[in-house]
Amino acid sequence: MTGSEGAPIIELRGVDKWYGDFHVLRNINLDVARGERVVVCGPSGSGKSTMIRCINRLEEHQRGQIVVAGVELTSDLKNIEAVRREVGMVFQQFNLFPHLTVLENLTLAPIWVRKMPKREAEETARLYLERVRIPEQADKYPGQLSGGQQQRVAIARSLCMKPEIMLFDEPTSALDPEMIKEVLDVMIELAQEGMTMVCVTHEMGFARTVADTMVFMDRGEIVERGPPKEFFANPKSDRTKLFLSQILAH
Amino acid sequence: MADIDVTQELPIPVERPRPVTAGPLAWLRANLFNSIPNTILTIGALYLLAVIIPPVVRWAVVDAVWHGETGRACRGGGACWAFIEEKGRFILFGRYPYAEHWRPLFTVVIFIAMILASCDRRLWGRRLAVLWLAGLAAVGVLMWGGVLGMAYVEASLWNGLPLTLILATIGIVFAFPLAILLALGRRSRLPAVRAICVGYIELVRGVPLITVLFMASVMLPLFLPTGVTIDKLLRAQVAFILFAAAYLAEIVRGGLQAIPRGQYEAADSLGIGYWQRTRLIVLPQALAMVIPPLVNSFIGGFKNTSLVIIIGLFDLLGAANAALTDANWQGFYIEAYVFTAAIYWTFCFFMSRYSQMLEREFNKGRQS
Repeated sequence: MTGSEGAPIIELRGVDKWYGDFHVLRNINLDVARGERVVVCGPSGSGKSTMIRCINRLEEHQRGQIVVAGVELTSDLKNIEAVRREVGMVFQQFNLFPHLTVLENLTLAPIWVRKMPKREAEETARLYLERVRIPEQADKYPGQLSGGQQQRVAIARSLCMKPEIMLFDEPTSALDPEMIKEVLDVMIELAQEGMTMVCVTHEMGFARTVADTMVFMDRGEIVERGPPKEFFANPKSDRTKLFLSQILAH
Repeated sequence: MADIDVTQELPIPVERPRPVTAGPLAWLRANLFNSIPNTILTIGALYLLAVIIPPVVRWAVVDAVWHGETGRACRGGGACWAFIEEKGRFILFGRYPYAEHWRPLFTVVIFIAMILASCDRRLWGRRLAVLWLAGLAAVGVLMWGGVLGMAYVEASLWNGLPLTLILATIGIVFAFPLAILLALGRRSRLPAVRAICVGYIELVRGVPLITVLFMASVMLPLFLPTGVTIDKLLRAQVAFILFAAAYLAEIVRGGLQAIPRGQYEAADSLGIGYWQRTRLIVLPQALAMVIPPLVNSFIGGFKNTSLVIIIGLFDLLGAANAALTDANWQGFYIEAYVFTAAIYWTFCFFMSRYSQMLEREFNKGRQS
C-alpha cells in the first residue's frame, strides 16, 4: 500500500465519538509508526476498545481524521474494505466461525477476499497453524477446542490475510489463567518479527516485554503515553498512578 | 450416571438387594408402572386401544371389499378398497388423458428423485441448481407435451398428485430464496428496502391464503390488458410462492437475529463484503438454526396447496373429491380421504425425518 517509510502507518487526528449523549472518545491523537508496538491500557469504560475498533471502522468516529496505511477512513465502503484487508483483528471472544473447520476458518478470507487459489490458501493456513503451534487441529471445529487454542486459531486466521497491522482487543480477557500464556507467547513472537501491533490488554508483563509505547486512557481521552520503562517507573498523571497501583497491587 | 468416577476409593455403601433390573417384566415396571398416575395412564391407554383397534381392523381388513365393478359390491360394513382400486388412478392423475398417464407418473418420479437428490448435502451448490432446471424442464415437456410425439395436454387437465407436487415443490423452491431476500431486506440499513420488505411481509401475512388465491384467480385478470391471459395454474403458483415467502421470511429473520454480532465483526475485520459475509457466514448458521420451523412451514405449505380447489384446480384432494361424484361409486368418503391422507402423510413424514437428520448433521462437532 501507499505511505512512505517513516510516516505513521496509523494516524488519528482529533478523533471524537459519541454514543448518543455519551462522549466516548475525546480529541484522540495517536500516531503509530510501521513496526511499532503500542499497548493501550486503562480502566474499563475508558474508550480503549472503542478507539482500536475505530482503526478498522468497526466503530464510526464522528469528528477528526483517521488514516490507516495511507487510506482515510470515511463512509466510503471501498476505503473501509481496503483498510480492513490490511488490518487484522483479534477479539476478546475469538469470534471464530463455528460452522467451519479450523482450516476453513483460516482459508475463507484469503480465498474469497484475496482470490487466492484454494490449494495455496490451505498451504498458507497450515503454515500459520504451525506457527501458533496447533497444526493437528486443522480439521476440528472451533467448538471442540479450548479457549486458548481458539484464540490462537483466531490469530492465525488474521495472519492468513498477511496484514500490515494487527489489532488486539483484550485477547486474553476471556481466557482461563492457564491459557493466557500460550496466547501471549504467540503474540510476543509476532512482535519480535516486527509486526505493527496495537493491543488493548491488562497484561502488564506482556506490555513490558513487547511495547514500544504505552498509552493510558481514561474517560475517553489519552491521559499519558510513553516508553514502558518510564511509564511504569514514573507515571506523570495521578490517574495513571492510581490505575497502575490498582492493577499491579497483587 | 456415567460420569461417576468409579476408580475413586470411597467407602462402598452396603446395598440392599435391588429388584431385577433386566428383562421384559423389569422394563414394564420401569416404564409403564413406575408410579400410581403412570399405572392409571397405562391401564387407560390399554383400554382405549382395546376399544378402538378391533373395530378399525374389522373395517379396514376383515370386512373390507377389495375388488368390485361398482359401489354395489360394497354392501357390508367394511371398507370398500375396490373404490380405490377403481378410482386410485383418477385420484392420482385426475382428468389427464387416461392413455397418457405415464407422463404424470414420470413427473411424480422426477419430483421425488429431485427431492431425494436435494437431500444429499454433497450435491448442494451449482450442480443441484442445474439438476433442478433440467428436472423442471423435463416436467414441463412431459406434462404439456406437443413435442417428441407426445400429444399436447392443457394445464387445466393437470390434476391430482403431479399438481400437488408442482405447486408445493416449485412453490418452496422459489419462495425460499425470496424469503431470504425479504428477511435480509427487513434487517437492511437502507430505510426504503426495509420499508418495502416489512410492508410486504405484514401485508401478505395479514390475509388468508384463500384470499390471495382468489385475488390471483379472479381479480388479477381484471387488471391485465385485454387479450393478455395468464394461465390459472401459473397464477395460483405465483400466489402460492408470494404467500409462502412472507411466512418463511419471518422464520429466516429469526435465525438471522440469533447470529451474534461478533460473527459480523469478525467477517468485517477480514474485509469480507456484505454478500459474501451473508452467504458464507451468516446464512449457513442462521438457516441451520431454524431447520425445525422451516420444515414445519414446508409441511404446512405442502398441505396448503389443497386450497387451490376453491379456484377450480384439482390437486390430489380435489381429484379425490371429484372421484366421489361418480354415480357408480357414491358415499366412499372415508376410503377416498384415507387414501389421500396416506399420500400426504408419506411426504410430510419424510420431510420431518429428513429435517431431524439434517439437524443432527449440522450439530455434529459443533458443541461449544
